[in-house]
Amino acid sequence: MFQITVNGQAHTVDTDPQTPLLWVLRDIVKLTGTKFGCGIGLCGACTVHVDGRAVRSCITPIVSVEASAITTIEGLSPDGKHPLQQAWIATQAPQCGYCQSGQIMQAATLLRDYPQPTDANIDAVMSGNLCRCMAYVRIRKAIKLAAASMQEAPPHA
Amino acid sequence: MGDSRARPACFEWNCRLIKKIVTGLLLMLALLLVAAGLVAAWHWRPALAPIQPPPADAFSTQLVEQGRILAGIGNCASCHTAKGGADYAGGRAMDTPFGTIYASNLTPDTQTGIGRWSLAVFQRAMREGVRRDGDHLYPVFPYTHFTLVNEADLTALYAYFMTRPPVYAAPQANTLPFPLNLRALQAGWKLLYFKPAAFQTNPAQGLDWNRGRYLAEGLAHCASCHTPRNALGAEIAGSAYLGRPMAHWYAPALTGANTAPLPWTADELYAFLRTGATSLHGVAAGPMAQVVQGLKAAPDSDVRALAVYFADVAGAARRKVDVEAVVKEGIEHSQKVSLVDNDRGASLYVAACASCHSNSDGRPVALRPELSLNSAVSAPDPANLLQVILRGSHQAGLMPGFAQALSDADIAQLAAYLRRSRSHQPAWPELEAAVARIRASSN
Repeated sequence: MFQITVNGQAHTVDTDPQTPLLWVLRDIVKLTGTKFGCGIGLCGACTVHVDGRAVRSCITPIVSVEASAITTIEGLSPDGKHPLQQAWIATQAPQCGYCQSGQIMQAATLLRDYPQPTDANIDAVMSGNLCRCMAYVRIRKAIKLAAASMQEAPPHA
Repeated sequence: MGDSRARPACFEWNCRLIKKIVTGLLLMLALLLVAAGLVAAWHWRPALAPIQPPPADAFSTQLVEQGRILAGIGNCASCHTAKGGADYAGGRAMDTPFGTIYASNLTPDTQTGIGRWSLAVFQRAMREGVRRDGDHLYPVFPYTHFTLVNEADLTALYAYFMTRPPVYAAPQANTLPFPLNLRALQAGWKLLYFKPAAFQTNPAQGLDWNRGRYLAEGLAHCASCHTPRNALGAEIAGSAYLGRPMAHWYAPALTGANTAPLPWTADELYAFLRTGATSLHGVAAGPMAQVVQGLKAAPDSDVRALAVYFADVAGAARRKVDVEAVVKEGIEHSQKVSLVDNDRGASLYVAACASCHSNSDGRPVALRPELSLNSAVSAPDPANLLQVILRGSHQAGLMPGFAQALSDADIAQLAAYLRRSRSHQPAWPELEAAVARIRASSN
């Protein structure tokens, strides 16, 4: 039995301690916005926040996040209007959309560390998030747009 | 038959020689036995009378609380609490080069714990390494350090352990081979390597330094891991804090021999011991994470004292390093080498590590451990880096382990890449075998 907090809500899950967080989120908590990509922490599709930091949920055993606050794409903003989500729509960043929840969660951590990211900052932090539709140029544009709008009105922390 | 004249002369001579050798050997053996007996007698300690366990209200709350803090500083739990076992109920297997020794039960259970130990018995165990029944304890229990602990602190520790819930738990029998299983022989070890001593203040040094030294050399027994040991398992006197490999980990040098790019100043040591992580050196993992966990209850002044003492041991003040320049250069270089094409290690780094570990703009972000500054990357032994890649870390944010994700060859390539791109140290040999060994280990 594990007590976990996802998007501010407490859940009790009965599973093996080594079960990846990703499967707990998708199959038990039924939050399917987080996607399975490679399963070995090398593509970024499964990225969620653990205590505010981007973490690959597919290789994170549930036992290691018991005392942590987990945030998924569903909980990034109460109304789905995080500046990154708005910028994603404004720039029409996704094509197939499969990687975008991981991209957005990773970008949220990027903007916390680098509120005005340069291309180099974006390349360094985002290069572990793969997009098979090659939407990288629009993703970069969306991140910069979100950064600009956050400079004007900082989002809820 | 019986005619000695028929025997060749050389046989007589041989016979006499053999007789001489045998007599000599017997004499030596007898002398050795007498010497061993004398040593054993010299170190003979009587059994001390058992007591009825003191009632819980025998100790003041304040004293028990002081004992709790001290037990944390001494990190008693990391040896005396087994994985998944009751607190301080012992049973943890301690692998030594001589065999496995199982930690004893420190709860006040009257049959399997220390419930029948008086304060005098406890003090003797801590300061002389002797059990209540008079038998010697093995030096895997660091009484060689605890001998420096003062009476007030021992009294508080005793109060703390005697007020824990008693747990019936007999540790497994040790697997030491004959004759090492004879505790009486420990008298010889003690003759060679142990002298009961009280802590001596060094008047040339300040209060913090002396307090730090008292804790470090005594209760915290830092040298138990950080000082190399000889063939008989004793800390080598001239090699204090030079670092040594441990069971699948590496306890780094705490002296000027430490290979981290930036000096361990008192401020860095304080941050590391207090929080388990610093942006200029990295995170505490494995056994050291347990040390940091133990120090959680310790007052700031004690953590600061340890930091002041070890900054002096490290000679931090003598190392003139332009910190800003090293940090800036490290980060710029890290950025450059991440973009190298046709390098499998670099590709793995970019895919698996860069999203959290990359830094920009010449400053390391606190929750982005900069690997060019990381002490595990520049250490003489790859064990700590491999452990964290395989099993992850939970200091300064959560890093998941890659044991299920990456093969031994992948991890070896990644570690080799980090070593050559983010340190000025020579390559680690036989990395893949080291990955396999650590992957197969249980700690």
